[in-house]
Amino acid sequence: MALLEVKDLSVYYGVINALKGVSFEVNEGEIVTLIGANGAGKTTAMQSVIGLIPSRSGSVIYDGKDITKMPCHKIVRLGMSQVPEGRRVFQELTVYENLMMGAYSVKASDASFKADIESIYERFPRLAERRNQIAGTLSGGEQQMLAMGRALMSHPKLLMLDEPSMGLSPLLVDQVFDIIKSINKDGTTILLVEQNAGKSLAISDRAYVLETGSIVLTGTGAELAASDEVKKAYLGG
Amino acid sequence: MKALMNIKWKHYINYVVVGAFTIYLAYMAFAGDMPRSQTTLYTDIGVTIILAVSLSMVVGFLGELSLGHAGFMCVGAYVGGKLAATFTEMFTDLNEYIIFVIALTVGGLAAMLCGFIIGLPALRLRGDYLAIVTLAFGEIVRIIFLNSGGVFGDQSGMKTPRLDRQILPFISFILVLVTLFVTQNIIRSKHGRAITAIRDSEIAAKATGINVTKYKLMVFAIAALFAGIAGVLSSYTENKIQAATYDYNYSIEMLVIVVLGGMGSINGAIVASVLITYINNVLQTQLQGNMAVLKNLIYAIVLIVIVIYNNAPALKGFRETYNIKNLFSKIFAKKHDPSKVHDDEAKWDRVPTKIDIDEVLSVDIQTGSPYAPDKSEKEKN
Amino acid sequence: MEQIITTLINGLSAGGTYAMIALGYTMVYGIAKMLNFAHGDVIMVGAYTIFIFFTMLGNPLIGLLIAVVLCMLLGITIERLAYRPLRGASPLAVLITAIGVSYLLQALAQIVFGADIKRPVFFDFGKISVFGLSIAVSTLITLIASAIIMVVLSLFVKYTRTGRAMIAVSEDRGAAELMGISVNKIIVITFAIGSALAAVAGFFMIWKAPSVSPTLGALPGIKAFAAAVIGGIGSLPGAMLGGILMGIVGAFSNSFEFTAPYTDAIVFAVLILILLVRPSGLLGKKRREKV
Repeated sequence: MALLEVKDLSVYYGVINALKGVSFEVNEGEIVTLIGANGAGKTTAMQSVIGLIPSRSGSVIYDGKDITKMPCHKIVRLGMSQVPEGRRVFQELTVYENLMMGAYSVKASDASFKADIESIYERFPRLAERRNQIAGTLSGGEQQMLAMGRALMSHPKLLMLDEPSMGLSPLLVDQVFDIIKSINKDGTTILLVEQNAGKSLAISDRAYVLETGSIVLTGTGAELAASDEVKKAYLGG
Repeated sequence: MKALMNIKWKHYINYVVVGAFTIYLAYMAFAGDMPRSQTTLYTDIGVTIILAVSLSMVVGFLGELSLGHAGFMCVGAYVGGKLAATFTEMFTDLNEYIIFVIALTVGGLAAMLCGFIIGLPALRLRGDYLAIVTLAFGEIVRIIFLNSGGVFGDQSGMKTPRLDRQILPFISFILVLVTLFVTQNIIRSKHGRAITAIRDSEIAAKATGINVTKYKLMVFAIAALFAGIAGVLSSYTENKIQAATYDYNYSIEMLVIVVLGGMGSINGAIVASVLITYINNVLQTQLQGNMAVLKNLIYAIVLIVIVIYNNAPALKGFRETYNIKNLFSKIFAKKHDPSKVHDDEAKWDRVPTKIDIDEVLSVDIQTGSPYAPDKSEKEKN
Repeated sequence: MEQIITTLINGLSAGGTYAMIALGYTMVYGIAKMLNFAHGDVIMVGAYTIFIFFTMLGNPLIGLLIAVVLCMLLGITIERLAYRPLRGASPLAVLITAIGVSYLLQALAQIVFGADIKRPVFFDFGKISVFGLSIAVSTLITLIASAIIMVVLSLFVKYTRTGRAMIAVSEDRGAAELMGISVNKIIVITFAIGSALAAVAGFFMIWKAPSVSPTLGALPGIKAFAAAVIGGIGSLPGAMLGGILMGIVGAFSNSFEFTAPYTDAIVFAVLILILLVRPSGLLGKKRREKV
C-alpha cells in the first residue's frame, strides 16, 4: 500500500477547474515529482493534499487514513510536512524561533528538542551561523534552507516541497537538490513539485507530468527524462 | 431604430424615476397640503440620497474607506447656515431662495475645500489608516464648530433660516437630480474608469499613466461638495442645527447604506437610502416608547443577517441558486454580450475590491488557507 | 511642576486604560485580520455586569471576575456567529457586520437597562499622598495594574507556545497551519483575551467615573482604535504606546482651561499629524507592494 494515495482529486477555484480528477501515489522511501509548467496545477495539488484548500471530489489517503476532509493542522500531526511555495518563513521571527515553530506539533522533551535543532544545524550549517538572525533578512537561498529545516523539525514521514528551486541561483539549486537527496536517504519519503524538470527528474524514482490540471504522463525519473515529449516540452528539446 | 437600441436605457432609469417623483413633489408643493411627517420624510430621503451617492463615489468607486462624510456635511451646514442666517438678517429684502442658493454654493465650496484637504493624506495612507484619519477629521470639525465661542452658535446649536416646508422636499429632490447628473457623468466617463482602475490596483493604474493624485483629490473634493450641499439643505429643515447630529455615527450610518446598496452601484445607493430612511422614519413614529428601542434591535439584526447572507463564502452556492437576478435571467434568457461593458456596476460580490496585482501577474491563483485570502510573501532575491 | 507630574500620572493612568482597549483591537486585527467595531461595546457589557454585581454583593472584585468571564464568552460567541461565517469575504463586509454587532449590543442594553445614564454608587478609596502629590487611589491602581497586565501579555506572547502561535498566525496563516497550529483555536483565544482586557478596561473606567449607559463604550472604543492605529495597527507594543500617548495628550489638554473643550479634537489632530509623518503608525510595519 502506498504511503500517499491520491485518487481522482478535483479542485475548483470558484468556476475554474484547477485540478481535473488527478490520481497519483507515493510509496514509502521514494522521491516522486510532479513536473509541469506554470499554471498546470502543481501547487493546487500540493495545497489540496495537505488540506490548505478544499477539494470538490476525489480522495486523499495517507498511511491508510482518509484525510480528504481533514483540516491542515490535523494532517500535519499525522506525519506530513510541507515546504510551501515561496518559502513562507515567519519573517519577524529569528531562525531559531522559526525552527521552534516547526516543532509546534511535536510533544517532545527539552533534550530531544535540542537534539532536533542540532541536527538541523548540522544539515544546514548556514542556519547555525545565523541562528539569531531575523528570518526576513536572510537571502533567498537561506530562507529556503530555513523553510526546509523548519519542515523537518516535526520528523515527517512524508515531506512535500513546492518549487524549492524557484528564484535560486544555479549553484544553490544544486545544493537544494543534494539536500533533498540526503533527506530521502535518511528515511523521509519525498513528494516534490517543480518547474525545473531536468534536475528533479534526475533525482526522482518516479514522476508525473501535470498539464492544465490533468496528469498526462507518468513513469520512472529516467524514463521521463529520456522521453521525447518531455524533452521537447520541458527540457529544451 | 438601431440608434434607439444602442442607447443604454438602463442608464437613464434613475433619472426618470427620480424625475417623476420630483415632478410629483412640485405639484404637491403648490397644492400645499402635505403633513409635516411627509415633508420631513421626503426631505430626509433627499438628503440621504445625496449623501449616499456622494459617499458611494469614494467608497464604491475609488475604493477608499471614508468615515468622515458627516464632517463635510457639518462644514456645509455650519458655514452655509451661518451665511444664510447673517444674510437674512443683513439683507432683509433679499429673496430667501437667492440666499439659499448662495448658502448652498458657499457651504458646498467650503466642504469641497475640506474634501480636498482630506484627500491629501489619502495619497499617502493605506485603507484602515485613512479610515481613522477621515473619522478623526469629522470629529475635529464637529468639535471646533461646537466650541466656536459664539461665532457658530453655542452648545445648544446654531440658528438657521428655514424655507417653506411644502417646497423643501421639491428642492431637495432637485438637488438629488443635480447630484445624480454630476456623479453619473463622471463615473461613466473615462474619468470614472480611471477611478475604478485606481481602486482595483493603484500601482497598475499609475503605470498606465493615470494621474492618481488628481483623481483621488477630485473624488474626495466632489464627494465633499455634495455632502456639504446636503448639509446646507439639512440646516434649512430646522430652526437650529446641532453639531452632535453630524458625528461619526452619522458617517457610519451612511457607510452602512452605501455598502448595503452594493458597492459601485449608484442605483443601489439610492434604493438603500430610500428604504432605510423610510423604515427609520416610520418605525420612529409608529413605535412608541419601549418599542422605539426595538427598532434599533431589529435594524441591527437585519443588517447582520443581510451582510452575512450576501457575503459568507459558505453560502455562495445557496445564493447563486436562490437569486432574484438569476430568476429573471432564466425567464428573459438574454445572451450575455461580453463586449457590452457595465461601467458603473462593479459586481461587488463577484470581484474582490482590490485585485492583488501579485495574483494577476503570477498564474497561481491562490496561495492561502480557505480561511482568508492570504497575502503570501513572494520570494525575496 | 507638581501640576505637571500629577497630570502626567493621570495621563499614564488613562493611557493604561486606552492601551487595554487598544490591545484588544490590535490583536484581533493582527490575527483575525478584521476591525472589531463591536469591541467598545464589550466594554459596556462588562461595565454593566460589574455594577450589577457590586450593587448585589457589595464586592467589586467578584463583579470584575464575572465580567471578565462573561465578556470572554461574549467575544467568543460574537466571533463564532458573526465573524467566522465571513472568513474569506471582503474586509468591508466584516466591518459592516461588526458595526451591526455594535448596534445590536447597544440596542440590547437599551432594552434591558434603558437608554439613560445611570450613576450607581461605586466604591471609592479617595486620594492618597504619594511623594507629596495628591493622587486618586483609583488612578494609581489603574496605572500599576495596566502596566502589570501589559508586561504579562508581552511575556505571554513572546515566551509561551500559544503566544508564539499567535505571532505565527498573524504573520502567515497558511504557514501557521502547516506548523500544526489550529488557526480557529488561536482566533478564539485572541478574541477571548481581547474581551477580557475590555472587561478590565471597563472596570478602570467606571472606577474613575461611576456611570454607565448603553453608549459607554462607543467613544472610548473609537479613541482606542485610533490609539491602535497611531501605534501601528497589528503591533502590540504599538497599541500600548498609542494608548499611553493618547492618555497623556488627553490629560494635558484637559488640564488647561482653554484647550479642555477641544481635548478630543486635539487628540485626533495629534493622530493625524503622526500618521502624516509615519503613514504606518509609530511602530507599524511598512508594507511593500510588489509588482
